[in-house]
Amino acid sequence: MLRRLSVQWQPLLLATVSPLLAVLAALLVGALLMGIAGANPVQAYAALFQESLLTYFGFGNTLTKMTPLLLAGLGVLVALRAGLFNLGGEGQIYLGGLGSLLVGLYLQGMPGWIHLPLTLLGGFALGGLWGAIAGYLKVARGLNEVLTTLLLNYVAQNLVGYLVNGPLIEPGAPSPYSPLVAETARLPKFLPQSQAHMGIFLGLALALLLLTIFSVTTLGYQVDAVGQNPIAARYAGIPVKRTLVGAMAVSGGLAGLAGSAEVIGLKYRLFENFAGGYGFDAIAIALLSRGSPLAVVLTAFFFGALRSGANVMQRSAGVPVTIVSAIQGLTLLFIAISLALEFKARAAPPSKSTQSTAAAPP
Amino acid sequence: MITDPVAFATDYLDASLRLSVPLAFAALGGLLSERSGVLNIGLEGMLLTGAFAAAVGAVFSGSVWLGVLAAAIAGSGLGFLHAYLCVNLFVNQLVSGLAINLTAAGLTAYGARILFDSGTVELPRLTAIALPGLSRLPVIGVLFDQNVLFYGLVGLIPALTYLLFHTHWGLSLRAVGEYPRAADTAGISVFQVRHLSVVFSGCLSGLGGAYLALAHVGFFTEGMSAGKGFIALAALIFGRWHPVYASLACLLFGVTEALQLRIQAFNLDIPYQFLAMLPYAVALLALIGLAGKSSPPAALGIPYQKENAR
Repeated sequence: MLRRLSVQWQPLLLATVSPLLAVLAALLVGALLMGIAGANPVQAYAALFQESLLTYFGFGNTLTKMTPLLLAGLGVLVALRAGLFNLGGEGQIYLGGLGSLLVGLYLQGMPGWIHLPLTLLGGFALGGLWGAIAGYLKVARGLNEVLTTLLLNYVAQNLVGYLVNGPLIEPGAPSPYSPLVAETARLPKFLPQSQAHMGIFLGLALALLLLTIFSVTTLGYQVDAVGQNPIAARYAGIPVKRTLVGAMAVSGGLAGLAGSAEVIGLKYRLFENFAGGYGFDAIAIALLSRGSPLAVVLTAFFFGALRSGANVMQRSAGVPVTIVSAIQGLTLLFIAISLALEFKARAAPPSKSTQSTAAAPP
Repeated sequence: MITDPVAFATDYLDASLRLSVPLAFAALGGLLSERSGVLNIGLEGMLLTGAFAAAVGAVFSGSVWLGVLAAAIAGSGLGFLHAYLCVNLFVNQLVSGLAINLTAAGLTAYGARILFDSGTVELPRLTAIALPGLSRLPVIGVLFDQNVLFYGLVGLIPALTYLLFHTHWGLSLRAVGEYPRAADTAGISVFQVRHLSVVFSGCLSGLGGAYLALAHVGFFTEGMSAGKGFIALAALIFGRWHPVYASLACLLFGVTEALQLRIQAFNLDIPYQFLAMLPYAVALLALIGLAGKSSPPAALGIPYQKENAR
């Protein structure tokens, strides 16, 4: 059954302007911080964005950094639309990378058109399992998913750390990493000599798929209904618990694919601590995108560009790369403020029946 | 390798305490905030900021005390930010806490790279004050050979318990967290109570950070809070939002972490990573075991708006 597509322009406009303002405000505070440290902000930003957007390798690097951010960001978004905060992207990325490594390493001797999808499936499955644990604990035992996903991050990180130091270590490796995955399990590169790989198209396709699901299918409607008011959804006959666990599983699965992309698109091996904060940036990205899968694409591109140009900025303007994570945090802070101001402007008193965990900004 | 059982027990108890103190400061802070109805996922960022401020204060003034003061002020500042966002602006409380965590991680890392070489700095330490006589006792003597922050924490636990459950102030605070509308009707300012609680929450977390930097490890480095704020949150839930039980839960996590450090030192052939995940796994299992038995303050996470305040 399909739903009619209706577009409301005014909220759409608001939804476009305020994230841009939030990003602008964060960049301005970032400039201020650079100024305090005695660097030239104009020179620093010029170096950063010139590198990440206007050079061939820098742009390829932007797409590479964008890929896990896009996939994990879509993951957080799916949970958000169901009214859940998945703060476990980081751990799900580790498990996803592990899942893909296992399939890419131990299932061998088949053509790429079978092996590659199976490898991705392995990442989706393990990441999804890690997300589903938190979803299950929420519906079955009443545990808040925020805390469980956060704690599961540390378990996942140490689990992968153990595996690449022990059972999965490449014999004779100078530092802990796994052997290479089979050629047939690798995502092909698409910009010659740069690092950019086909994972980006997987992310774009999934963004389109999610857009379709959320705008025209009953399934998408169900998830939104549960996210907006679980009690009403239950009375409407929607299986709320199953939807919640399913949303966490898909959310974790998408983050898992971000881990897969890092392993089978970039390094072809599993490294310790390879998730590198992508899971946390993904939360900011999803919140900034306000429920829209297409906005996740743009936001992930922006965050990818920040990460990609950071090193060149440090070399040419002397600004430490860590300013980039400060800017990302500030972006989230300003988007939170802008959401609140809009909410106030609409002058709607907060509904007393909705728990904060269910009151995700859609 | 320690073979003397008394020396081992003393050393083990001392390590457990040192690991529990930052957790307990953050958990008690979180407890105050959550008892007043404001979620505080930002404990992690507040701890980290406290550690950073303590480092900056101590290094540039040359006094550990000004370091402690700086940590308390910085923590309170973040608490005020969280309170303003959540209470005045109705920002989603999870999002606000998360934003504080991410911003704190970024800003302290940036600040450390600007101010200190390679982002890490050695710090002066808070000195221990041995209580005469008591500190000579075997094993439990270490309880009486600690620094001011530790003694302050030990005093804070019964004080908070008394204040929360036996004073008018505590009644107001709990009423605001359970049923703000009724508290408001009874003439209690919900805004004021929540502001104060969250600012104090930040202040305590900041002190936890100061302990971490100035007493426990003696240096500052990027990301040194390493999930302690989240463990404190788990301890708070496990301790059912009660100061004594929450502190005992922190002690449990401290004991667990000290245990994993001992096991590593003993070379027992258990992979390091399993030990490193132990405190987090214990926190998870504790929460699972407790599920259903622990109920948070009824108005936790729900912004309060006066009906006529439009």
